[in-house]
Amino acid sequence: MGLVHDNKRIETIAENIVEGEAVKGRSLWQDAMARFLQNKAAVGSLILLAAILVFTQIGPYFAQWSNEEIDWSRMADVAELGKPSIENGHYFGLDDLGRDLYSRTIEGTLTSFMVGIVGAFVAVVIGTLYGAISGFIGGRVDNIMMRIVDILIAVPSMFVIILLMVIFERSLFMLFVGIGLFSWLDMSRIVRGQTLALKHKEFIEAAHAAGVGWFVIVVRHIMPNLMGVVVVYATLLVPGMIMAESFISFLGLGVQEPNTSLGALISAGAGTILYDQLWQLAIPLTFFLTIVISLFFIGDGLRDALDPKDR
Amino acid sequence: MLSYIFRRLLIAVPTLLILMIISFYLMQLAPGGPFTSERPLPPQVLANIEAKYGLDQPLHMQMVNYIVGIVTQFDFGPSYQYKDRSVNDIIAQGFPVTLTYGTISFVIASLIGISLGVLAAIRHNTWLDYIAVGATFSAQALPNFVMAPILIYVFTLKLGLLPGGGWNGGQWQYLIMPVIALSTSFFASIARITRSSMLEVLNSNFIRTARAKGLSERAIIWRHAMKPTLMPVVSYLGPAFVGMITGSVVIDMYFSTGGIGRFYVNSALNRDYAVMLGLTILYGGLTVMFNLLTDVIYAWLDPKIRY
Amino acid sequence: MKLTSKSVLGALLASSILMSPALAAGSHPVTGEALADDQTFTYWELDERSSIDPQVSEDVSGAAFVRDLFEGLYNQDADGNLVPAGALSHSVNEAGDVYTFNLRPESKWSNGDPVTAHDFVYAWQRLVDPELASPYSWFMHVMNVKNGDAIVSGDMAPEELGVRAIDDLTLEVTLEAPTHYFALTTVHGSTFPVHRATVEAHGAEWTKPENIVVNGAYILTEHVPSERTTRERNTMYWNNENTILDKVVTLVINDENVALTRYFAGELDQTGVPAGQYPKMKAEYPDQAHSNPRLCNYYYTFNMTDTTNPAFKDVRVRQALSLAVDRSIITDAVLQGGQFQAYTFTPALTAGFVTPDVPIASMTQAERDAKAMELMAEAGYGSDNPLSFSMLYNTSEGHKKIAVAMSQMWKQKLGAEVELANQEWKTFLETRGNQDFELARGAWCGDYNEASTFLDLLGSSSGYNDGKYSNARVDELLAMSKTSDNTQPLYTEIEQIVSEEVPVIPVYHYTGVMMLNPALKGWPFNNVEQNWYSKDLYKVAE
Repeated sequence: MGLVHDNKRIETIAENIVEGEAVKGRSLWQDAMARFLQNKAAVGSLILLAAILVFTQIGPYFAQWSNEEIDWSRMADVAELGKPSIENGHYFGLDDLGRDLYSRTIEGTLTSFMVGIVGAFVAVVIGTLYGAISGFIGGRVDNIMMRIVDILIAVPSMFVIILLMVIFERSLFMLFVGIGLFSWLDMSRIVRGQTLALKHKEFIEAAHAAGVGWFVIVVRHIMPNLMGVVVVYATLLVPGMIMAESFISFLGLGVQEPNTSLGALISAGAGTILYDQLWQLAIPLTFFLTIVISLFFIGDGLRDALDPKDR
Repeated sequence: MLSYIFRRLLIAVPTLLILMIISFYLMQLAPGGPFTSERPLPPQVLANIEAKYGLDQPLHMQMVNYIVGIVTQFDFGPSYQYKDRSVNDIIAQGFPVTLTYGTISFVIASLIGISLGVLAAIRHNTWLDYIAVGATFSAQALPNFVMAPILIYVFTLKLGLLPGGGWNGGQWQYLIMPVIALSTSFFASIARITRSSMLEVLNSNFIRTARAKGLSERAIIWRHAMKPTLMPVVSYLGPAFVGMITGSVVIDMYFSTGGIGRFYVNSALNRDYAVMLGLTILYGGLTVMFNLLTDVIYAWLDPKIRY
Repeated sequence: MKLTSKSVLGALLASSILMSPALAAGSHPVTGEALADDQTFTYWELDERSSIDPQVSEDVSGAAFVRDLFEGLYNQDADGNLVPAGALSHSVNEAGDVYTFNLRPESKWSNGDPVTAHDFVYAWQRLVDPELASPYSWFMHVMNVKNGDAIVSGDMAPEELGVRAIDDLTLEVTLEAPTHYFALTTVHGSTFPVHRATVEAHGAEWTKPENIVVNGAYILTEHVPSERTTRERNTMYWNNENTILDKVVTLVINDENVALTRYFAGELDQTGVPAGQYPKMKAEYPDQAHSNPRLCNYYYTFNMTDTTNPAFKDVRVRQALSLAVDRSIITDAVLQGGQFQAYTFTPALTAGFVTPDVPIASMTQAERDAKAMELMAEAGYGSDNPLSFSMLYNTSEGHKKIAVAMSQMWKQKLGAEVELANQEWKTFLETRGNQDFELARGAWCGDYNEASTFLDLLGSSSGYNDGKYSNARVDELLAMSKTSDNTQPLYTEIEQIVSEEVPVIPVYHYTGVMMLNPALKGWPFNNVEQNWYSKDLYKVAE
């Protein structure tokens, strides 16, 4: 007689409904959070990323050299004297100019981290909204919105970046602007594609029938179903942004010497393979790879957690 | 569908026109010009050069002349940097190169990527999944500007098996390393998107229904899961292909293939306006074509999609 | 088919090109070394040159092509001295402003036509013709030929240029005023003749392999843009029997590390050495790594106008910054290519130049540092009032390394806060050209082997003086040196003034570093202008 058990509960509910209160249910997001926390790999990766961030903050206290100081006594023969060593204080060795790679890697990791997150964030927010709206409304609006994306993809971004550098002062913020301007374009196309498929589904029809406005449908019904694709693509974007940044800095915008980034360090390291200075490539690449792998597991975990079909 | 394709092709023309106008003005705004050089030219010399190329005319006249040149003679103008060649020469020689290794890389990256992604998804959380994902990590760790010098170091210097660069008409020995370097960066993303997409699809209700009906796993995957899985993948392939062509800069730099990627970057840095414009229109055209193609494929993958 | 002289000539031409040249294998006629069977030289180009048209070419890599494909009045030998080429000799009039060249009668174009004085006249007029709008038309100003400037600005017709053909074998040049280095300028590619009929028939396409007509030791046979270019023996060249190399191939490789890798893989006979790698290469491959002095300097220029950093108006600050630069670190630890520390603007090895003793050169670095700190304190800068400025350079690994090193020196010794600003090339040139900088990088390679090609830059009327340095005495000395017989004292005084006022910080004088296949002989290591001719090179059997 299960019904008897719940009498008390039903009474409470009945009371509350009358008084205008509904049962406090668990929201989608709380559900998702719980599921995420159960995913060991994802949580582990989150911790790893956090650890790297922490490292960038406390690592400098152990550094014996700054990120820009040239070790004059060792710079002439980096291949021999520049190897990583604990005694001389260059834990990660020297870069090609004789500067401490430990400090530079710390700084580079932090910079690239920010670049990657900001770039991916802008891409997710703007790209998802734009693509979802375009795909959902469809027809001529979709056509125009997507043609605008076509144009923006094909416009030579290098000029935009050079212009930004000339008009505005060089700063980390301008770097974010430069990257953000272009990171959302591909995302919007992917999201639009998914939206085209989703908008014909029955639950969307149901929402229509219930009289829900189109914007609310997009935000409340379409977007959560896009999360899987968005999250995966976002985790792929971060390494892409990190690499794109090194090109932008090459143009003169963004990170300037002596500041550095992982992209710049990897780029420089790739150039010295021939000269037995492999640590200059291996170390920044390891940090990069760690970030990439962690983001993958986090992304997988997020996708699993947010997937509304998995009930 | 046909009328849709026709309408899209029609709108491509104003799209490219707008692209060209925006790019034209953008380029003129950037500091420096094609003839800004370490030895600044004496004013009269500069004046002569600008008169010769029509650069002393007001901007909108230059724009008009440029468009007229294309429409009447299909002439995209001279290169200011490579004075012995015209834009037509450069594109005619370089584009086939980039297209060749770009297409081969694209096809290989797609095939490997999709296969790997599907495999990983259907064998989720088994060692096959881990290996596939691990392979994508390795690929992501080796962006093309890291891969290229490593490949040359290993295959040309250490093993002496492959020529270190050049194109030589596209013989296979000259294709191998560029293709490896270019496809590696992309198969990783394709694989991941495929895997993630298929995992979602395999968890969905209609697949559950198919299983409940007792369909074989193979039938489920090929006949029911594949098409919806491919939707985001196809969305990604469009920009991926164009990205491969623009990203071929690195390949051209390291392997001296003579493709147009390097020209694209160089013409921006050298302010070689006509080359830049010509290539921008080319890329714009490619983008438009590819996006049209992917939209058509969407309709095939999901019959409910209507335009 | 009628046997016209043209078709006979054509057949002869074809068969002579098809037949192997005289010196395929065997031994070198002078040194007796055994020659390799394959006389092909493959070398490296970082970026494809802009043109191989002699009057349009403007870069070093293009110049190498022009020297092989065409021949001017004089060439240079391995030590950089003038040797007869298209001209056998010349004479100068009393006043020193009219030169008469006697041309070599046996010079021929690759299609059989003889090379005449008219070809030179056509080429030189072409150089200044506003229609061609050559980026090197300013070189005529350097040569100081009569009416050159007026033609460039469109005030006179090209035919008015002070050059005429007295007859087919005599070329007469009239200068604006006596110019003591004039003969040296005839080595430059811009002065080389071109075949008029070919240029007029094909217009901008005349340099394509299927159209081109040359008078040099080699002819262009293949051009795959941005990949490879091939030039092969021109059997119509008057001295063809002494040409040993049959084929010269140029490979374009945009990355110098990749080029080095391919060199070691045997795909190149010559390549560059990335900065800092020379000692290692020299140690491991002593017979392949080379470092030779070049006629170029490298400096940083202060902005000497009102838009500059106010601190730079104080000569003591400028002197201090120049003193604090430890040039031995730049040359021995950063570049490591045998470069020369520079305390004067003109490179020491410039022909006829005696480097004056300037005070900074004879101090030890410790003394310089002490003096620098003293000057800074005098000028009012210290730890409580640090000097703060920006240094501008264009994007490149090498420039970056030097700039970083210099900024660190200033930071550690003088407590200065230096902002490093790099800009891509064109933007950099605009910025510097508009005096929109405080301290900017510069470099200059001589157009001819004589000091005035450098010192002219310090004159207030020079179009290349981006710092806008202006000193009346320097201008006076420069003007005097144009007509003087004894220029050294004038040059010495200029360098001393510059060393006192420090409008520029000379950093180093160039060397060219390269890897060269030891089987390739004849390379002119001592030629500071590095004008090498393929016809003087040969490969020995290994």
